[in-house]
Amino acid sequence: MYKKTGAEVIVDLIHQHGVEYMFGYPGGAAIPIFDAIVDSPVEFILTRHEQGATHMADGYARATGKPAVVLVTSGPGATNTITGILTAQMDSVPMIIITGQQTTWNLGLDAFQEADVSGISFPVVKHSYLVKDAADLPRVMKEAFYICQTGRPGPVLIDVPKNVSSQVIETDYSEQFDLPGYNVPAEGNADLIERAARMIERARRPLFLIGHGVVISGAERAVRYLAEKLQVPVVNTLLGKGGFPETHPLGLGMLGMHGTAYANKAVEHCDLIMSIGSRWDDRIVGDPSRFCTHAQKIHVDIDPAEFNKTVEVDLAIEGDAALVVEQLTAVAEPGDTADWLSRIELWRREFPLKYKKSGKLKAEHVLDELFKQTEGKAFVTTDVGQHQMWAAQYYRTDHRFQWLSSGGAGTMGFGLPAAIGAQLAHRDKTVLAIVGDGGFQMTMAELATAVINKLPLKVVIINNAYLGMVRQWQELFFDNRLSGVDMVGNPNFVKLAESFGVKGFRIKRSADVKRVIGQALAYNDGPCLIDVEVAKQDNVYPMIPSGAGYSDMLTEAPKVALPKPVGST
Amino acid sequence: MQNHAMAQVLEGVQGYRKHTISLLVHNRPGVLIRIALVFARRGYNLDSLVVSASSDPKFSMMNIVASGEEKTLDQILKQLNKLIDVVHATDRTGEDIIQRELALIKISCTPEERAQILQLAHALRAEPVDLDEASVTFQVIGSSERLDSVMRVLSDYDVIELIRTGKVLMARGSQATA
Repeated sequence: MYKKTGAEVIVDLIHQHGVEYMFGYPGGAAIPIFDAIVDSPVEFILTRHEQGATHMADGYARATGKPAVVLVTSGPGATNTITGILTAQMDSVPMIIITGQQTTWNLGLDAFQEADVSGISFPVVKHSYLVKDAADLPRVMKEAFYICQTGRPGPVLIDVPKNVSSQVIETDYSEQFDLPGYNVPAEGNADLIERAARMIERARRPLFLIGHGVVISGAERAVRYLAEKLQVPVVNTLLGKGGFPETHPLGLGMLGMHGTAYANKAVEHCDLIMSIGSRWDDRIVGDPSRFCTHAQKIHVDIDPAEFNKTVEVDLAIEGDAALVVEQLTAVAEPGDTADWLSRIELWRREFPLKYKKSGKLKAEHVLDELFKQTEGKAFVTTDVGQHQMWAAQYYRTDHRFQWLSSGGAGTMGFGLPAAIGAQLAHRDKTVLAIVGDGGFQMTMAELATAVINKLPLKVVIINNAYLGMVRQWQELFFDNRLSGVDMVGNPNFVKLAESFGVKGFRIKRSADVKRVIGQALAYNDGPCLIDVEVAKQDNVYPMIPSGAGYSDMLTEAPKVALPKPVGST
Repeated sequence: MQNHAMAQVLEGVQGYRKHTISLLVHNRPGVLIRIALVFARRGYNLDSLVVSASSDPKFSMMNIVASGEEKTLDQILKQLNKLIDVVHATDRTGEDIIQRELALIKISCTPEERAQILQLAHALRAEPVDLDEASVTFQVIGSSERLDSVMRVLSDYDVIELIRTGKVLMARGSQATA
């Protein structure tokens, strides 16, 4: 038996679970834990804001599949993590958040920096603990690591009062845990898989829809093999990027609101659609009553709560994506899809993604060039908005863990800190933070964190001095009555970068794109930033207006005024 | 009571019905909030909620009655089962299961009215548990439906107050409800 403080137990068990980094920010209630990390081999990354810490941990976890740890203090320190926890929860990212807390005898008495953190966080965590006795900590830490990364992963919060982290206990770390009722699905039901195989074989226009579950499960090889064997085309969600190579002849890229036209045409005309690890999110379904009405629907998911949630399906298979796809591959035989594939090739030729390299600088041009010069091998993080959609369209993604974007929560400010987490995980790889001028300013203080840790990440600001996606909606659906979208007062981003010790570049003209991107990619002495001053008024197409159907897709600017969308935001 | 009355009105609407859910949960602080949040997030009221110790101190039993659309409640049930602290949650609606509820009802009653009310109560198998010169309080035990009908009859009198425990469930025979 060892004599250990609660804080030492926490830090020891973080290390025992193979964690490389903790991200966070100290404060009074967390000082005992910060004292314990002095002697820990786990590296602590001090951030500039607690939200940044959560997105860094998130970026690290998405880029590796391994959980990362956030360590913050009580009260505002803890509440500043909520956005990051929501982001991780919505996108099923494994994360442990340790929050310092007032002493147990002060709980509920409005003591200094006390907040009911477990109460505030209940709706956005996979699970949480308020630890009142350090003797529970070994079990709680083990449970937390197990829960956050098994089944459908998610964030687990552990609230630790200061007297609990200071409390001395005896432990040999042999504590076990038991979680009755918590089941981790593995193989799918064999009968259901047989039925799925027959349905796919009979279909003439089958389509696979790949979601984040494929990436999380590590099912990308299995999916590729299945699609190739059955000759079925594949579309992917925003977070499914990397689950199937977007440069593959069967890969149609992203579907949905701003998906490629050929992916969306395939969705509109398929007679069978099988979702693997996606949750039929409203961005890809639009109006559920008009979604694939003539297609049979199969849903493979590890979380049975997703079945029939938004879209009613004909067959639901609960299980781990990699295992289910392997089972399916073993029993399914190819059907006749040759006509379907040639039809899709026609759409691919008729409706390619396109932009002009002349005239005002286009974001698409820059993203396309980044894709070409990095040979599609970079780790890409984004913020949320137009630049995110353009990046998803033009930075075609072939590999697992390469694409890191806040999908479900749509969190602005995610890109830079997530890139820091990804770069810490892969120091020798190219990491691009593709951000908008709006989102970047929400977490730009983390440039300092990138500098201190000598991370050669590249921040690419798609700068149109607008909150572009909202402006696009106002232009298209609200008679161009612009409201609250003008980013007047933006700083000089190059000078800002330089003041942090970050190398700054600027692109204003199409003619400079190739050269400046080449220079930025060659710069590896630390972080660099490219301020890309793009056309102010560009819109993202294709677009399926929210709440509309796939047949309403716009492939270019509409000639007539559009009705106000009725669907979700 | 308002929810209750509303539920009865809406019960006629297609797909809308009253559901009885039994749960076995870990006996830990916060478990009730987690469960309540699943309902609250979808804008659902709970008609009744009973939490009690189980035979094993590590777990508690819960019985919840909630009204709503079939599809949404199905979703809520799945989300309840997803909670780490919930061992299982099962919809018992329509199952042949022992179910009981207890109500207390206090009726304003002068000494002159007393004999008549007591006689009626006897016919309704409502047991008087308290009595003074101005009121009488009855206890009624039975299925929720029986309680509903007794309450309807007694509501013709001047009801001072009324409280119900909410429905408790247990499987028939030697099988455990869990």
